Amino acid sequence: MILKAAPALAIAVLIGPILCGLGVTILPAFGYFPALGGNEFSLDPWRQLFATPGLLRSCLISLATGLVTTLLALAVVAGFVAGWSHTRMFRAIQHLVSPLLSVPHAAAAFGLAFLFMPSGWLVRLFSPWPSGFERPPDWLIIHDPLGIAMMAGLFAKELPFLMLVTLAAMPQANPRPGSMIATGLGYGRTAGFLFAVWPSIYPQIRLAVFAVIAYASSVVDVALILGPTNPAPLAVRLVSWMNDPDLTVRFKASAGAVLQLGITATCLLIWVAGEKLFSIIFARIRSSGRRFDKDQAVRIGFSVLMIATAGAVFAGLFILALWSFSGFWPFPKAFPDELTFNTWQRQLPGIGQPLTTTILVGIAATIFALALALGCLEREARTGRTGGNRALALIYIPLIVPQASFVFGLQLFFLSVGLHASLYALILVHLVFVLPYVFLSLSDPWRAWDTRYAQAARTLGASRNSVFWQIRAPMLLRPILVASAVGFAVSIGQYLPTLLVGAGRWPTITTEAVALASSGDRRVIGVYAFIQMLLPFIGFAAATLVPALLFMRRRDMRAGS
Amino acid sequence: MTRKDESLRLQKVTIQLVGRTLIEIDREIQPGDVLTVMGSSGSGKSTLLAFIAGFLDPVFEASGRITLAGTDITGKPPEHRRVGLLFQDPLLFPHMSVGQNLLFAVRAGDRDDRNGKVQEALEQAGLAEFHDRDPATLSGGQKARAALMRVMLSEPHALLLDEPFSRLDADRRSRIREFVFAEARRRQLPVLLVTHDSEDAEQAGGPVFHLD
Repeated sequence: MILKAAPALAIAVLIGPILCGLGVTILPAFGYFPALGGNEFSLDPWRQLFATPGLLRSCLISLATGLVTTLLALAVVAGFVAGWSHTRMFRAIQHLVSPLLSVPHAAAAFGLAFLFMPSGWLVRLFSPWPSGFERPPDWLIIHDPLGIAMMAGLFAKELPFLMLVTLAAMPQANPRPGSMIATGLGYGRTAGFLFAVWPSIYPQIRLAVFAVIAYASSVVDVALILGPTNPAPLAVRLVSWMNDPDLTVRFKASAGAVLQLGITATCLLIWVAGEKLFSIIFARIRSSGRRFDKDQAVRIGFSVLMIATAGAVFAGLFILALWSFSGFWPFPKAFPDELTFNTWQRQLPGIGQPLTTTILVGIAATIFALALALGCLEREARTGRTGGNRALALIYIPLIVPQASFVFGLQLFFLSVGLHASLYALILVHLVFVLPYVFLSLSDPWRAWDTRYAQAARTLGASRNSVFWQIRAPMLLRPILVASAVGFAVSIGQYLPTLLVGAGRWPTITTEAVALASSGDRRVIGVYAFIQMLLPFIGFAAATLVPALLFMRRRDMRAGS
Repeated sequence: MTRKDESLRLQKVTIQLVGRTLIEIDREIQPGDVLTVMGSSGSGKSTLLAFIAGFLDPVFEASGRITLAGTDITGKPPEHRRVGLLFQDPLLFPHMSVGQNLLFAVRAGDRDDRNGKVQEALEQAGLAEFHDRDPATLSGGQKARAALMRVMLSEPHALLLDEPFSRLDADRRSRIREFVFAEARRRQLPVLLVTHDSEDAEQAGGPVFHLD
């Protein structure tokens, strides 16, 4: 009974809040929202919006960030996979990059800031010798007006995501024969792979690429930490209007949210047009007969980019942790004079509340998401209907519709139904974003399971339910726990939905950390960002350790078997 | 050990795939007898077993009736058919010990009683010391014997064999085959064996039904 309802319930969770949020955003964008005193439709919000100074520039920054970040990250992933798949180097870098997926965006951004800012660790490493700096140089490296630092930060975080999505698509593309034939015909390794194999990988990861475009074009937390400030990207300005004490500004904010939706849609349209153009150029190069067989330098270049990116994020996280434990640490010293627990001791009393909220919401959203995902997958196994591509597109909707465009409407919706700033509303909005990741992470291993085990169990007299509980779920415990860890990590990382739907009453580690961005207090930021990075790590460690201990004496239950 | 001597009857069973008839069979298998169904791969041998066991993929259209131990099982869910099924692979559940695998098959009842049945089955299969072992550590032949005992503990009324010997090396194959047929005969089970190996058919000794 419950199982029958699972797919419908999952679709309701994925689509309901978005439709609701978008609907409630559009009304005030045209002046109508009685709860805020807007009783008739008008274009005033739009007039106010377009009269905002620097609006065009904000829009262009958002547009450029969405496209440039995605293009670079995708190009590096494609180049690296093409040049190195099925090598030892590939596996090594894959292991290096994978853990980065669990690092929340904000923590990674803070880490990179601490590494690259003028008073950051890299400059310190070369100061006073050989740079000669006694004081931090006057460079505008982070918060630069063109948003390059923000794009770099997003690039570093989207690279592991696209890498893992590509890896997941590889088996179905069956790269080995294609690339071997191509190299046999004299093509270089990289070109051979791109010509023969990449066209069957890209369609599989296309929705994930769209998600990256949408995310980068509407990001708030990374933009607050690394992005330009005058003017800031559109999404950042939206949020400040949404929180404006003057309630009439919220009409303008709603119009801005609709504009954000348009910006992201424009990004996607440009991308789709670019795909067409690219495939024409690509086909022409492919038919030119050129072999591109001297690709050693290119291959090395891509591997260096991968390693450098992962290395920078890891180094940043280390510096971040170091700051949280540092005592006196003047410029240009590369290491603090002493390590202390002082900052932690001072911050600890204030951390309890946001930490509890973070963990509670994360666990609750993950459990609901897991129940829904398992329900859908089990229902699929019993009926033999997978839902196909349309279902996949539905799963991606919360990842492709920009948060900034509907979460504000959702906040207004919760306000009007009396769920404003409630824990339920917060868990629900986290669930919207956790569910897709849990489902995507779980569905491949779930579907790859050998169903003859189920047949064997059924003929032994086991019901469908006992096959699920006693055979399938325990055998798939590891992927189930990994999917849960992914879901938990996604919940930890949520900034904008937590800020808006929680309405400041449910601060989490992430909202607190991002709020500290402007304070410049590196020690306190270090504490919060360190906890932010630690929580998902604990989740993944548990997902690895629990099955390992539980099945210590079961060889075929080990990872990779 | 002799059970009610009832046969497995396939009454006018036909299985079609998009209008094309794959299988047409009308046979009765007496308790203790083996019917061997032979055919090349892709001839639908396993489809017949799936139909009898209750797992037929909905893309196939099937008609006819299956009766076992006097009852019509055609519409029953697999767990109520009392049809034991052995696959090409032993498919011991990897998260359970050998003993837990066998216990999973024993019908609900008194705990000591159930454990006793498991131990007895292990002894019959020459696996008395293997109760707590990880199935992954067993040899191919040991796994095959454990899988057979697991099926037997579920007290089936018929035994279906889906090329269960094909993955074993030649030396083990004939011994395991002998063991399986002997167990089935001892319990007076009608057996349907699906194979492409004529040696299997010879050793089974019963009638042979050729597909295609």
